[in-house]
Amino acid sequence: MAPLLSIRSLEKRFPGVIALAGVDFELQRGEVHALMGENGAGKSTLIKVLTGVHARDGGIVELDGVSIKASSPRHAESLGISTVYQEVNLVPQLSVAENISLGRQPRRWGLISWRRLAQKADTALKQLGLSLDVRRPLSSYSIAIQQLVAIARAIDIDAKMLILDEPTSSLDQQEVELLFSVMNRLRDQGMGIVFVTHFLDQVYEISDRITVLRSGVNVGTAATGNMDRLGLIQRMLGAKWSADTVEGQTRPEKSLDDKLIVLQTRQLGRRGSIEPFDLQIREGEVIGLAGLLGSGRTELVRLLFGLNSASTGTLEVDGQPVSRWSPRKAIDAGFAFCPEDRKREGLVEQLTVRENILLAMQAARSVGSPVPLRRQLEISRTYVDQLNIKTPGVHTRTATLSGGNQQKVLLARWLATKPRLLILDEPTRGIDIGTKAEIEALICELSAAGLAVVLISSELEDLVRCCDRVVVLRDRHVVGEVTGDELNQRCMMEMLAHHDGT
Amino acid sequence: MNQRWSKLVSTASTASVLLLLWIVAGLAFDNFWSPFVVADLFSENAFLGISAIGMTLVILSGGIDLSVGSVIGFTTIFVATLITDHSVSPWLAWLTALLIGTGFGAMMGFLIHVFELPAFLVTLAGLFFARGMAFFVKPESVQIRSETYEWLSSCAVPTGGGAELELTTLILLSVFAIALVTLNLTRFGRNIFAIGGSQSSAQLMGLPVGRTKVLVYAISGFCSALAGITMTLYMDSGNPINATALELDAIAIVVIGGTLLSGGVGGVTGTMLGFLIYGTIYQITYFASLSSSLATIAIGALLLTFIMLQRLIVAPAEAE
Repeated sequence: MAPLLSIRSLEKRFPGVIALAGVDFELQRGEVHALMGENGAGKSTLIKVLTGVHARDGGIVELDGVSIKASSPRHAESLGISTVYQEVNLVPQLSVAENISLGRQPRRWGLISWRRLAQKADTALKQLGLSLDVRRPLSSYSIAIQQLVAIARAIDIDAKMLILDEPTSSLDQQEVELLFSVMNRLRDQGMGIVFVTHFLDQVYEISDRITVLRSGVNVGTAATGNMDRLGLIQRMLGAKWSADTVEGQTRPEKSLDDKLIVLQTRQLGRRGSIEPFDLQIREGEVIGLAGLLGSGRTELVRLLFGLNSASTGTLEVDGQPVSRWSPRKAIDAGFAFCPEDRKREGLVEQLTVRENILLAMQAARSVGSPVPLRRQLEISRTYVDQLNIKTPGVHTRTATLSGGNQQKVLLARWLATKPRLLILDEPTRGIDIGTKAEIEALICELSAAGLAVVLISSELEDLVRCCDRVVVLRDRHVVGEVTGDELNQRCMMEMLAHHDGT
Repeated sequence: MNQRWSKLVSTASTASVLLLLWIVAGLAFDNFWSPFVVADLFSENAFLGISAIGMTLVILSGGIDLSVGSVIGFTTIFVATLITDHSVSPWLAWLTALLIGTGFGAMMGFLIHVFELPAFLVTLAGLFFARGMAFFVKPESVQIRSETYEWLSSCAVPTGGGAELELTTLILLSVFAIALVTLNLTRFGRNIFAIGGSQSSAQLMGLPVGRTKVLVYAISGFCSALAGITMTLYMDSGNPINATALELDAIAIVVIGGTLLSGGVGGVTGTMLGFLIYGTIYQITYFASLSSSLATIAIGALLLTFIMLQRLIVAPAEAE
């Protein structure tokens, strides 16, 4: 039988980026098809093209054998493609029943029949095996239930296929089970479901087939039983190795034992975001954090920098336990943090290169003692030279710089504060190879001078190249550490894939 | 956890304030509990009630309309000038005024939606524009001399006890009934709630967001024009200075009635209660021979109490 949905050589380009470079994808009736991939792999672009948010630049999309081109989410829905997003897109103030049929309320003599509306909602929810008081406002139910209501709404419009875009991110185990039972039911009814998630366990529990995207291409579709975790991770991260490849170029073996311990955590953790972990960082040490999306890497460093408060454990700086840890105190202690989302959390795009570089340094001083302008210029020019920031001048607005140069400005900001511990969250994402090499070289140079570095990267080979030690995270747990000879991609990947609830 | 309960509390508290005011006033003053007082309550402020109902729709959709008072002022002088100075038939004058009001509102709604401008600023511009137009039409008061007006002022429905519902009251009650049905029993009405609750969701759910918003402001403009006509029926004159800052009274009434200024929650029943509270407070100061400035102070205090109450009851329920 012809597939329900068939996508061939789908292309989508954005200025400067090829988001989808000829993706093939197929969805059968009565199938849960997991769509996997790290950030930037093209998952969300694929979904947005399907649901009519973006127009495609090339390729064919066929639903039920008919070529389609959705022009808006509404149009996509009318074609039979419904989407449920991670954030529930319903109206919390209105009742469950009304949310299910909003815009399509049953009417009698031109007026809404509330009785039939409630019946219709009851029926729709029963199909999913749910029974709720549909007259209560949506906001009185949990996010999980709200998501199921969103599914009920989606199905109510005669959906042929359903896209679930990371629906489980904020659900607990029980709620996930409920969602899965609904998914199973729909599958049995012949619905095609595209399931996007970054939880491996869930993929293996529910999906029939897996498709992995990487850099805008399909790097493998297989029945779930035929793709083991290692294979899946290997495809997602795009690592290539063979048994006899010598990885890990001869990194100079540093002797770190006599160095001061800058930071130490004892069973530090935060409920719901990262399980308690022990971590020790010495001066001059480069520690990598490896893990898939959602494994808790960012959550871990946010704890270290005081951006989130810990619910358990202690954090010691220079052997002294700290209390009421905050970014302010972290900066005072000589910590620096370059976040992953540099546009939203780091750079102030409207400010100039000079202003951005001086931000953290000025914040460390008081408002009453501004850095003199001449000194500001001196500092910013020094870093522009040292980091080789390509900018017309220090008075240029950072919004006009390329991603790699923006990243360097951010780095310069923190280096200007002369930190002792530098935390870098995905510093090389989305920047060109040359700049990436420069940043890596800089990390080595700085650590040789005694700076401690915590580096998060999705590229395992980057970690192998830069780090003295790599901490591996999986499902919000620290599951191990690799150093020395073990510090290679294969070891890390096996730890990432390992599945025995450590 | 139970938002329905908190919504009920909010309406119930409005109703109980009204009840309390009536009990206290009835005990304090002879003759307060009489059909005449009730009839007065409606007829004296009917124009305010009509515009508050229009305002309710706008606020429910997550917007605001500051042009209300100016459009009322414009309508009174426009209608009065047409009838008295140009001998136009009152019916034609009213029809023209209603069309202008509706078109004016629709225009503002269009600007707000298409250019994603803040409703506050667009309708503030509308406030200045309509008020200016009112003075442009005629900078002074104009008496309306028309047989139709004389005849209409005699139209009333007896309610027993010698009191009557005047035409202005009947207009208000019809507007209320139509708004009640529209908000609760039509898709358009429910879309207003959806947009006020979450515009981005409404968009993703495929609801006609643009059309609904433009229509809501058009209806508010229509209500303002109708309120202006009602005002001329009540005062037999038009004046460009009429209803200055009336939009603020309308907003106060809507909020006292339990509609959240952020949109999505509330309704016209509450607004009606708020309207009655507002009128009752003025009646009380009248009965007590107090200055009406005291009533204004009381309304300010009441408004503050109600928004505090909403914060205490509604907000925690939503946070859960």
